Amino acid sequence: MKALELTGSVPAATSPAMMSQAQYDPQRKGLRFGGRAVCAAMLVLGFGSALGGCVNVSAPDKPIVIELNINIRQEVIYRLSQDAENTIKENEGVF
Amino acid sequence: MSKIRLNSFVTLCGALALTFGAGSAALAQDGRDPAYAAARAAGQVGEQKDGYLGVIGNASADVRAMVRDLNNKRRAIYTEKAAGKSTIEEYAFATACRLIAQTQPGEKYQATDGSWQVRSAGAPDRDPRCP
Repeated sequence: MKALELTGSVPAATSPAMMSQAQYDPQRKGLRFGGRAVCAAMLVLGFGSALGGCVNVSAPDKPIVIELNINIRQEVIYRLSQDAENTIKENEGVF
Repeated sequence: MSKIRLNSFVTLCGALALTFGAGSAALAQDGRDPAYAAARAAGQVGEQKDGYLGVIGNASADVRAMVRDLNNKRRAIYTEKAAGKSTIEEYAFATACRLIAQTQPGEKYQATDGSWQVRSAGAPDRDPRCP
């Protein structure tokens, strides 16, 4: 119950109006926003337990890297497709 | 050799008429060892999604040895062909896409979730990265 109350108070603390000029940094706020977006995405994916870690993680890199790997791999497989077909034909009996 | 080819062709035509008219069916292998062909037809051996053969259930030691031998040959071919083009795994994967597409109805293949499926007349459940 206490934890819930603490969680509820977090948005108010992060509001620029509530922070001193020295503490408020637009760039930092942007990062925080990005962190929230990632947090929401992770929630959608079922990583609800990672909520606490979302605030500080510089996560945007990771999903992009994974996506890139898939694209590169897929491109290679498209390129190899005809080659693979020829290989199958050349090696009857093994395939 | 030509007689075997002719026989295979006649069998294929029958299968085509009975099942589906996909062009890939005409690419079925006809140089297979009879023991290998029989094991495939019996569903003891299936095409894995990684480009190698898998043994399904409690197959005999002979079948297991045959699959090991064929997989060794496949790996040698993948290694040779992938050189300068891609990784061995990528080449094997690209070949698996083709091999699973070319399985005949009744033969077994590994679906995207890793389970063994019997190929139906329709399209097989292949990795979405397959062309």
